[in-house]
Amino acid sequence: MSATATIYLLTAAAVFGIGVYGLLQARQILRQLLAINLMGGAIFLLLITLGGGAEGPPDPVPQAMVLTGIVIAVSATAFALALLVKLQDATGSSDLDPPDAE
Amino acid sequence: MNFGWQALPLYVVLISVVTAMLIFALGEGRQHVRTTLNLGGAILKLALIMLMLLAIQSGASFEFRMSLLPGLDLVLHADRLTMLFATLSAMLWLITTVYAIGYLEQSPNRARFFGFFSLCVAATMGVASAGNLFTFFIFYELLTLATWPLVVHRGTPEAFAAGRLYLAYTLVGGVLVLIGLIWLHALAGGSDFIVGGSLAPLAAGNENALRTIFVLLMLGFGVKAALLPLHSWLPRAMVAPAPVSALLHAVAVVKAGAFGLVRLVQDVFGFDLAASLGLADVLAWLAAATVIYGSVLALRQSDLKRRLAYSTVSQVSYIALGVATGGMLATVGGLVHLVHQGLTKITLFFCAGNYAEGLGVHSIEELDGLGQRMPVTSVCFTLGAFGMIGIPPLAGFVTKWYLGAGAVAAGAPWIIAVIVASTLLNAAYFLPLVHRLWFRPLPEAMAERALAIRGGRMQALVGPTVVVAAMALLAGLFAGTPGSPLFWVIRMVGGES
Amino acid sequence: MPSELLIGLIFLPLLGACLTVLPWRWSTRLGVFAGLVSLPVLLVALTLAVIREGAWYYSLGGWTAPLGIRLFVDPLALLMLWMVAIIGGVAAAHAWHDFRPGTPEGARFWPLWLLLTAAMNALFLSADLFNLYVCLELVTLAAIPLIAMAGTATSIRAAMRYLLLALLASLVYLLGVALLYNATGTLDLYLMTQTLAASDGPATSLAFALIAVGLLLKGAVFPLHVWLPNAHASAPGPVSAVLSALVVKTAVYLVYRLWLWTLPAEDPMQGAVELFAVLGAAALIYGGILALLQERLKLVIAYSTVAQLGYLLLVLPLASVTAWQAASYQLLSHGLAKAAMFLAAANILHAVGSDRLADLERLDQRTPLSLFALALGGVSIMGLPPSGGFLAKWLLLEAAWQEGRWLLLFVLVLGSLLAAGYVFRILAAALRRADPTEAEDAEGTSPIGRRQAGYALLLALLALLAGFGAAPILEVIDAGAPAGWSAP
Repeated sequence: MSATATIYLLTAAAVFGIGVYGLLQARQILRQLLAINLMGGAIFLLLITLGGGAEGPPDPVPQAMVLTGIVIAVSATAFALALLVKLQDATGSSDLDPPDAE
Repeated sequence: MNFGWQALPLYVVLISVVTAMLIFALGEGRQHVRTTLNLGGAILKLALIMLMLLAIQSGASFEFRMSLLPGLDLVLHADRLTMLFATLSAMLWLITTVYAIGYLEQSPNRARFFGFFSLCVAATMGVASAGNLFTFFIFYELLTLATWPLVVHRGTPEAFAAGRLYLAYTLVGGVLVLIGLIWLHALAGGSDFIVGGSLAPLAAGNENALRTIFVLLMLGFGVKAALLPLHSWLPRAMVAPAPVSALLHAVAVVKAGAFGLVRLVQDVFGFDLAASLGLADVLAWLAAATVIYGSVLALRQSDLKRRLAYSTVSQVSYIALGVATGGMLATVGGLVHLVHQGLTKITLFFCAGNYAEGLGVHSIEELDGLGQRMPVTSVCFTLGAFGMIGIPPLAGFVTKWYLGAGAVAAGAPWIIAVIVASTLLNAAYFLPLVHRLWFRPLPEAMAERALAIRGGRMQALVGPTVVVAAMALLAGLFAGTPGSPLFWVIRMVGGES
Repeated sequence: MPSELLIGLIFLPLLGACLTVLPWRWSTRLGVFAGLVSLPVLLVALTLAVIREGAWYYSLGGWTAPLGIRLFVDPLALLMLWMVAIIGGVAAAHAWHDFRPGTPEGARFWPLWLLLTAAMNALFLSADLFNLYVCLELVTLAAIPLIAMAGTATSIRAAMRYLLLALLASLVYLLGVALLYNATGTLDLYLMTQTLAASDGPATSLAFALIAVGLLLKGAVFPLHVWLPNAHASAPGPVSAVLSALVVKTAVYLVYRLWLWTLPAEDPMQGAVELFAVLGAAALIYGGILALLQERLKLVIAYSTVAQLGYLLLVLPLASVTAWQAASYQLLSHGLAKAAMFLAAANILHAVGSDRLADLERLDQRTPLSLFALALGGVSIMGLPPSGGFLAKWLLLEAAWQEGRWLLLFVLVLGSLLAAGYVFRILAAALRRADPTEAEDAEGTSPIGRRQAGYALLLALLALLAGFGAAPILEVIDAGAPAGWSAP
């Protein structure tokens, strides 16, 4: 495995870690959503890196997967944001567990 | 699968299911249509059973078979034991329906009541005609489901408490049967009921497995048959209306349990195998203990219906006792008690219902002098009580005679002691009631209380009471003539073993 | 011909979804018709084909694996497709009243519903791990707005929680897929087996573990079930029915596919089936106890789903024909019974205005038909005869007995007693009489009430009939048993 690939892999691991930390630590939905997106980015990076291959042309399948994955991630995020707005409208709060619920 | 003439047992079951569905669909109003349906269904069912009886006399046989799972069939057939139980239940159901229509005339939720009432009898018919243990179990559980709404019918907290207890006992009992059944299935496959049992070839090497299976099934059926440690739901279920008590005690539930025990000993294990594994003795001891214990507890009840309930606990175990003693005479005694106890106990419950509806009488102290106020009911009650005690020549005596003779023949004289003790106890808890009815003065207050049942309602309640009392009387008086329950049972046992 | 059937099963609901987005009233009707009514017709043809020819593959667009995406149909997939068609169809008929075409509610509801149907059909037919990821996301993204459609704060909050956990679950699943692709060079569920047998390593084990966690989270398997009860209980009735009967089953279905088809028999990750069984047992007990403690009807039913999913995982270590039959039959009868119960609960909620058990007295007079459906569904859930649930329980017990798994046997029995406890608790609450006045029958007298109750009753009766019609169904199912589970 080339040095660049190693760097990419380590970066992916780090970004994934930051995402997990953010998800566990964040109280606000928006932050949790961002954390999930970070984790998604890390996985896409991992896929591209693993599909890169040491020699020869890169494997097209991971590229297709990542493209599809990005489309899904974007739409899921958009939907989550829309739902968040509805939640804000309905409850006046953008937290999942407001300190004094109901 | 065969849906023709052969499948008659299926149609006997389905008649009541269809009746139930129609009654549910009709709803609360339209009382006359409901009554017509109820009686029509009951009469049609009885007619079909009579038809089957005649056909069997002339050598026909009936069987409906349908594959439910690989290696497991739903089998409904009509052997002699089936016909005994089915005829009894169908007949008593018809009478109980008449009684219930009169009894519940003014009360709410009648559609629900009669719907489940019919479903209950459908399940009982299934239990009677089940051709293997798996089918038996299906209808046995259905019976639990159909009876629960009847037990909680009044909708009061006591009714729901009784319902919970009933479920707790019967569902756990059902689980025991289920485990026993799975085990038996793994060991022997899904074999049909055969007189003498089908397990004898497997016995070598599997003694302990078979013993455990027997105990599991015995306890499972024992719950409904109110065998000793498992009986306490029955007296509590007395909160239900009187026709339900009659159904529980005489027609369906308790009988289904006892019938299960009979099938278990005779047609699954076979008496010889059960005896050689020492299981018949276990059942006999348990039944004997129940006979005595139930009578002792009955003595201590001051509520009329509760006293009758404990009496059932005691009397139903005669059936198991007879079957577990083995030999022709004792078996006859046990099986004929299926009929005798049914007829006699239903008489007593109808009488108790009449007292409660007519004068609001529930406890034993209030029976004083009621022979003057409600003479017909009181005569019936007296007959029933004498029958239970076993005063010759009434039905109870016939049972006890055969049981005693059978005990001697089987070399178990201790059973005679049990029967004598139980008879004395029966007398001790029934004779005081008869004494109160006829020889105590009627209290002033009771003399002035207006009779709440009169006119058509009176006929609807007293009529069935007289009919069942007469049937109980005749079953004993004419026990020796062809056509009597005893005659049947003797032919059955003699013809099959 | 048969391959076009597969395409039709996915494409027609999608086409329907597109039609329902158009602004005309007839387009919604046409869309629903094209997307839902067509399914049983296609399935009859597909069933005949599967009986005739057995399982087969179809490469989409003529592109063969590993580059192309394959569809695969076998008896298990067929069973799931039938459930989507029947349960989804009846639930849609029930939804028709509340989400009429031409109304704003209808305009929002039907595209999502058809999309959900298409996504589930695609999921059950797909043989490609990444395609399955897309399907899983589609199912989630279509199901969650349907939950939020109730519009209450509880439902939106439940939807939000479900969404966050579902996104997380998908990512974990995707990570597993990435590792697996790297190790085996293929995404095809059924081609992967050979490569896996050759290249065994910690990477594939990790991949399967990640995929399992993702799926268990999506399938609300204990202890990852926290999102389910509120989401299922606060959704509109037909949506709850489909969520409990079908959507959570998608994850269980994939667990079956991966562990019983993809993983080679000697792979060390096969040991996970024991863990699944433990989780299933815990779910059965925990869900049952919590269902007993709930004060609201729909929550009782939702926790019952948590418990009943346990049965489906318990089966995994048993590996026999009987266990296979048990799993299939449990999938089917739980789906029917649970959907019936949720539809009935929706009717009751509508008639009474509350689904608190304390407010449900005299239901036998107020909503007799729905109560009857609820009770019939309950009989199947308890596993009492005569019902499909009883046969499923019998098969489960028999399978556990054959393998000598006494502990499992005990858990099964305990689970069914707990189920009896919570079902009868509902029925007792419904038969109470708070005061002696006669209540009017709100349901039987109004044609709409009768019709809505009829849909619940239809599913409940199907669950009951499943108790008698097992022989032909199991005959088809048997042919699809995974390798190692068939008869010796």
